[in-house]
Amino acid sequence: MFKAILARFKQGYKTGKFPLKGEPKLPDNFMGRPEIAADAGETDAKIAASACPTGAISCENGKLCLDMGKCIFCGKCASVCPKIKFTKDWRLAAFRREDLIIHAGDKNPFDNPNETTVQLTPPKEIVKLYKNSLKLREVSAGGCAACELDFNVLGTLAWDMGRFGINVMASPRHADGILVTGPVSKNMALALEKTHASMPEPNVTIACGACAISGGIYAESPETAPEVMEKFKPDLYIPGCPPHPATTLDALLRLIGKI
Amino acid sequence: MNNLFIEAKNATAIKLAEIPLLSYNTFKGALLEATKEDARHIISLFVKQNPISAPTQFTLYAIIGDKEKHAFLVTSTGVGYEYPSLSNDLSQLSWFEREIAEQYGIVPQGHPWLKPIRFHRSCHIGHDAWDRKETDSIDPCVTDYFTMDGEETHEVAVGPVHAGVIEPGHFRFQCMGEDVYHLEISLGYQHRAVEKLLMNGPTLASQHILETTAGDSSIAHALSYTSAIEALSSQQSKPSKASATLNTILLELERIANHVGDLGALAGDVAYLPTMSYCGRIRGEYLNMTAELAGNRFGRSILLPFGSRLGMNVAQAEKILTWAKTVKADLDNALKLLFDEPSALDRLENTGIVPTEAAKEIGLTGSAGRASGIANDARVDYPLPALGNSYDGYTAITNPSGDVFSRALIRYKELEASHNIIFKLLEEFIAEGKSLDAQTDYLTALPELAADSMAISVTEAWRGELVHVAITNGNGRFARYKITDPSFRNWFGLAYALRNEQISNFPICNKSFNLSYCGTDL
Repeated sequence: MFKAILARFKQGYKTGKFPLKGEPKLPDNFMGRPEIAADAGETDAKIAASACPTGAISCENGKLCLDMGKCIFCGKCASVCPKIKFTKDWRLAAFRREDLIIHAGDKNPFDNPNETTVQLTPPKEIVKLYKNSLKLREVSAGGCAACELDFNVLGTLAWDMGRFGINVMASPRHADGILVTGPVSKNMALALEKTHASMPEPNVTIACGACAISGGIYAESPETAPEVMEKFKPDLYIPGCPPHPATTLDALLRLIGKI
Repeated sequence: MNNLFIEAKNATAIKLAEIPLLSYNTFKGALLEATKEDARHIISLFVKQNPISAPTQFTLYAIIGDKEKHAFLVTSTGVGYEYPSLSNDLSQLSWFEREIAEQYGIVPQGHPWLKPIRFHRSCHIGHDAWDRKETDSIDPCVTDYFTMDGEETHEVAVGPVHAGVIEPGHFRFQCMGEDVYHLEISLGYQHRAVEKLLMNGPTLASQHILETTAGDSSIAHALSYTSAIEALSSQQSKPSKASATLNTILLELERIANHVGDLGALAGDVAYLPTMSYCGRIRGEYLNMTAELAGNRFGRSILLPFGSRLGMNVAQAEKILTWAKTVKADLDNALKLLFDEPSALDRLENTGIVPTEAAKEIGLTGSAGRASGIANDARVDYPLPALGNSYDGYTAITNPSGDVFSRALIRYKELEASHNIIFKLLEEFIAEGKSLDAQTDYLTALPELAADSMAISVTEAWRGELVHVAITNGNGRFARYKITDPSFRNWFGLAYALRNEQISNFPICNKSFNLSYCGTDL
């Protein structure tokens, strides 16, 4: 007992400053929200696409576009095409699928809220229902464990998501929403649908990670069933492979209107 | 012996034509004879489909690790859609043969318990080891299970979706009163056709597919993959010491993060909360160190064939060295609490025992095997060229008792050893004072690979021997890419550990192994 008390003093207070008292501590070469130079056109798109393993780069109306829903943040496009830059901004989540696509010249929507078409405010009814308490069920459907692990981390004292009223439930019957990781393997499709159907109405669906949003690196797999996620119509998309805990916490707090 | 096997060092290429092609009986005899010795064990058994011109439809390859020779022994035999099962004589082959049956529709006749592993169709239309028709649906984990009859017997089924944030799997406990007679584990929910997606590679996606094959072992998978590519490419450059240093540091940071997380979770499972809380935070520190070098916490996309995407400079090395030393003090403090607490240790000791003999028969690998007294560690048994001399003087850490405590103790001791390796390498790197440059090759195109060749590359991932076997066709493309995750060989060990335990001991037994579902399901 005495040893445990001494250890408690030694270990100290280690909950991070983010989001109440500052920004998250991120490594110097952290790969966050991509920015694309305004003049990035078709040639640049071709060069960048040649390095992209998930087909996240395309060209729309002569402008380079990057789909964060497909991106695994490997950074190879930026290595071959200097017009793409991965900033240190951890804020990646979106309420609409189309808001995950970044076009050449787009300004950071969070820093420039008046100059963006990105939807920045969550649906009112979600805020009303879950602002003080959001109980989530997590289902891994073909996930590689990285999304699962970095979501789990939010429960540790380093992030302590419980202080915002967000907790993980052991049963979908007790849940307000479901957070899905993985590309939805065919073998998990039924279990995922049943888990979803077991939640009381109304509820929210969260697609966490490139796989859950778009199939990610497994989009071409013959053994996945991405249509299941489409059917659920996610309320929140959290890009990344896996999303950094700061990205996920930021996303969840935005959904319930706390950021 | 000489003409029964060809010897191959870790991550070196051999020509397919050089691999002995034996008659089935000679093949079987050679395997049984070779594995009698303690220094040898089977690390993979798999099938490759042959071109139409070949005399048999498939080639069955066996790969044996020989730690005295620091090499692999490779042999093969030709098979058709059925062959006599090997599992009755070598029980560690049971899951391998089930995998072969499922993937190709090849029946190992007389297999003691032939069931699917991943629940998908065979790649050969019209051939199914269980005679399922094309129109029959294949539902995950709908299969035969052991049953028990009697007044006080009952069955408990758990999963696929578990209570926590964890991957899916199905567990069936056959119980008599409070005691578990047997636990049967059925997986396959995470199947994403990884090996199929790698066929005809390498492509730009190949490495990312492998890094997400088992997401908590991304670095080990990337190392096995890049090593296989390096072995098969014509570029003959030896990795520099600095490059080996970075690879080793990344691999050991991955091991440390996972061991720390699991020891914390074990403490949590016996309701010893201080260690659980501290380790949960400390694990994150090691992931953040990885992120400092790789840009992300799991070491994704950092390794490239013949180098790393970002390199490492001296300032980074100094930062990580100071950081790791500080965190190590917190870690020692947190773990000492657990290992000094008799009431917590009492729950770990004599729980979930896998005795040495059983462990050998099952073919346990990695820290779980070492905790049952099997002194195998690929870091010293089969040195990987990409890791240079990083492990000179290292010896496998073992403990014979085979219980949950032993598996925890091995991880505790390996944490110490891994830290020492990292500290030493970082100090040498700093003393040398030279940065490792970022490598810019192979971002958009991969090296050309030798045709009709095989490279076996084995990395000691944090769970154990992670085996990649790349086989190329006449055009230097992958004709087969076989992955054997250490979990694949250890799941039965967990099932065995539960015998005569109570279901309430399942969480600590499970956590002491902490096996990968996705790494097994591929």
